[in-house]
Amino acid sequence: MANFQTVEVTTDLLILGGGMAACGAAVEAAYWAKKHGLKVVVVDKAAMDRSGAVAMGLSAINQYVGLKDGENTLKDYINYVRNDLMGITREDLVANIARHVDSTVHLFEKWGLPIWKDEAGKYVHEGRWQLMINGESYKVVVAEAAKNHMSSLGDKGQIFERVFVVAPLLDGDRVAGAVGFSVREEKFYVFKAKAVLAAMGGAVHVFKPRSTGEGLGRAWYPPWNSGSSAYFTIRAGAEMTCQEVRFIPVRFKDGYGPVGAWFLLFKSRATNAMGEDYMQTNKGELEKWGPYGKVKPVPANLRNWLGMLDLMAGKGPIYMRTEEAIQKIASAVVDEKERKKKLKELESEAWEDFLDMTISQAILWASTNVEPEVKSSEIAASEPYFIGSHSGASGAWVSGPEDLQTEATKKAGYFWGYGHMSTVKGLFCAGDATGASSHKFSSGSHAEGRIAAKEAIRFIVENNTQPKVDNAEAQKLQSEITKPLDTFQENKGKSSDPNINPEFIKPKMFMFRLQKIMDEYAGGVSAQFCTNKVGLERALELLAYLKEDSTKLAAEDLHELMRCWENVQRMWQAEAHVRTILFREETRWPGYYRRADFPEMKQEWLAFANCKYDPKADKWEMLKRPVVSIV
Amino acid sequence: MPSFVIPEKCDGCKALDKTACQHICPNDLMVLNKEIMKAFNREPEMCWECYNCVKICPTQAVEVRGYADFVPLGANVVPLRSSDSIMWTVKFRNGQLKRFKFPIRTTEEGKAVPDGGWKTGTDDLKSPLLFTEPDSLGMSGVAKL
Ligand SMILES: Cc1cc2nc3c(=O)[nH]c(=O)nc-3n(C[C@H](O)[C@H](O)[C@H](O)COP(=O)(O)OP(=O)(O)OC[C@H]3O[C@@H](n4cnc5c(N)ncnc54)[C@H](O)[C@@H]3O)c2cc1C
Ligand code: SF4
Ligand code: SF4
Repeated sequence: MANFQTVEVTTDLLILGGGMAACGAAVEAAYWAKKHGLKVVVVDKAAMDRSGAVAMGLSAINQYVGLKDGENTLKDYINYVRNDLMGITREDLVANIARHVDSTVHLFEKWGLPIWKDEAGKYVHEGRWQLMINGESYKVVVAEAAKNHMSSLGDKGQIFERVFVVAPLLDGDRVAGAVGFSVREEKFYVFKAKAVLAAMGGAVHVFKPRSTGEGLGRAWYPPWNSGSSAYFTIRAGAEMTCQEVRFIPVRFKDGYGPVGAWFLLFKSRATNAMGEDYMQTNKGELEKWGPYGKVKPVPANLRNWLGMLDLMAGKGPIYMRTEEAIQKIASAVVDEKERKKKLKELESEAWEDFLDMTISQAILWASTNVEPEVKSSEIAASEPYFIGSHSGASGAWVSGPEDLQTEATKKAGYFWGYGHMSTVKGLFCAGDATGASSHKFSSGSHAEGRIAAKEAIRFIVENNTQPKVDNAEAQKLQSEITKPLDTFQENKGKSSDPNINPEFIKPKMFMFRLQKIMDEYAGGVSAQFCTNKVGLERALELLAYLKEDSTKLAAEDLHELMRCWENVQRMWQAEAHVRTILFREETRWPGYYRRADFPEMKQEWLAFANCKYDPKADKWEMLKRPVVSIV
Repeated sequence: MPSFVIPEKCDGCKALDKTACQHICPNDLMVLNKEIMKAFNREPEMCWECYNCVKICPTQAVEVRGYADFVPLGANVVPLRSSDSIMWTVKFRNGQLKRFKFPIRTTEEGKAVPDGGWKTGTDDLKSPLLFTEPDSLGMSGVAKL
């Protein structure tokens, strides 16, 4: 038996994750906890200074509404998000984040994040909602404010780094805490809490990525977010939403460098092998997608779709015309000296965009001698990811805030007491852990973390009892979670190769098996994002074998033990996805996936496709929920 | 390969318990080989090339060699990060060199003030106002629909 020490930590609020949403939650919770004499604990699998999707830095803040200067209204933001998601969005959640996000951005600036300003002292916009930043240290600065505020709580504020959270603890219909293990020493953690806030990001590597050699880790989404939030909420019995809405961004090919600055700031075009702009030549296709095909900007998934049509017609590769865009901007400057200066400036901005957030793309440019002002670069759709932000929407189904409800939203079941709380009592969610509230990005995730933390503290004050943790249950989880270490030790003698053994499977091969199933049957890259009922049922059949084999995962050390559980989490995210695509009998986001057996969008599916796992009965339930507009 | 360690430059963080690269890697990839006291990337194909190990190494012992399955050899991108800015040297395959310098923060390291100097605002747990609001919104209250 693995010889783990069991460490018990009791707290009022438990924040899971240390990314943008968790940092927002920590900075907010510290204030309210101090007022009410409560304790807050934060747990991150990595070092908060550089953890989560912003670990490398970012070059833009993608959500800023500009409310104080009347640049936009909440309604403008709601319209933008609703249209981009083809009508499927929880407007009460989107509005709640939008009305607080500017405050978060103003705080970022005070904490030390350099936001570009023009001569008049106004923020420089990349697009209508996006601000340009010098964001190499974005995460460092945001984590610092959170840590500084947590330390003002003294011993009532504790941060655990390098502790990997696996599963929830429950007391009836209320969450009671979480369990996990250290990846540095043999310690098993049992966290007992009155409220839990899940903010462990989204999931990547559920589908087979395009690069499978050394470049396996270079997905657009960071390889360290493995669906921990989805697993945690699903296993707690929370209702989940939009599990079919995967996100597939179009990025610079292979390096996955950002394209936002090129399309929005530099106004670049993308053209196919024949020099045609697919957004023009395939425009007629937009007619098929209802009101959403008619809006500006064209929804992200429809932009993908128009590009894919060209690729499927053999008109690839598709190039971002960087040289054309830069020359166009520079040629508008009449004075020759000024023009040279402008060119230098644009060149530096183009490189910074990559160096701040996707350094691999800068390496790829340098290794293929690309100077963007001279030569165009290929763009391509990536593989599918699961996130509650960008134009993804998968996550837990949470209550909206009371003051933004209408009679109709209450009737539709959008409200049950505490904002951003899941259907499990005391279990709150934020950032990529919450569904149906897309386009929150780094700033909105932080704002949502703040909102959810304040509501969680209110929940604690109003329900101030420590839920009971069944120690036998915690013990059982400990032996289940550490089992892969025992499996390896008990069976390693049966083979001379530590990875090939008839009694067990290592996490890496387990991941490849999952990715192959998803890629081929659930509409991955090699299936050109297309699937149908029979294919999805085949995926479920193969996933069932995989689930059985997950009890035979083996780990040589703590690092590999983490890899085992990351892949179990991915497998559950996969199952929720397959079940929900199967449930929604239509095609609504053609640039994300198509049901070949239901190729069109249907009015009756202007609804949320939700799912719920019952941990006691080991059964899934599918639910259809109405979409209700509040503006 | 992605990140790799140059043996002559790595001093194992002077044999301290926690090496800097191991402390920072978001994917738990960097480890110390205790026999030779040199760090290495134990799972290069799970590396995001986020450069956090490169930026933090006190002896500049970590570099990145682009993913060999799609990146031609010969280029490199090297950062030098100080307390307020970062300097990048980009070497092309054809030998061309470019340098870029960008600011990274406007406050002193460690000195981010949680309330940003704004009034802390309401005491009411039921109000939609968050810590520092409405001051930090620049408005008199939260926006209405
Ligand atoms: C490549 C890329 C580019 C982006 N560009 C922009 C941009 O330009 N502008 C913008 O505004 N937004 C951008 N975003 C979006 C933004 O990064 C996310 O919306 C935001 O980080 C989501 O916050 P989060 O807290 O939900 O997740 P994250 O910030 O990813 O945090 C997840 C946290 O959970 C921890 N964790 C994960 N699993 C566990 C576990 N099992 N146990 C304990 N801890 C765990 C992680 O270590 C991490 O701390 C980008 C995202 C990506 C991936
Ligand atoms: S941080 Fe640098 S010196 Fe320290 S162990 Fe890592 S590679 Fe070696
Ligand atoms: S580049 Fe990033 S992911 Fe790769 S080893 Fe270094 S810190 Fe880890």
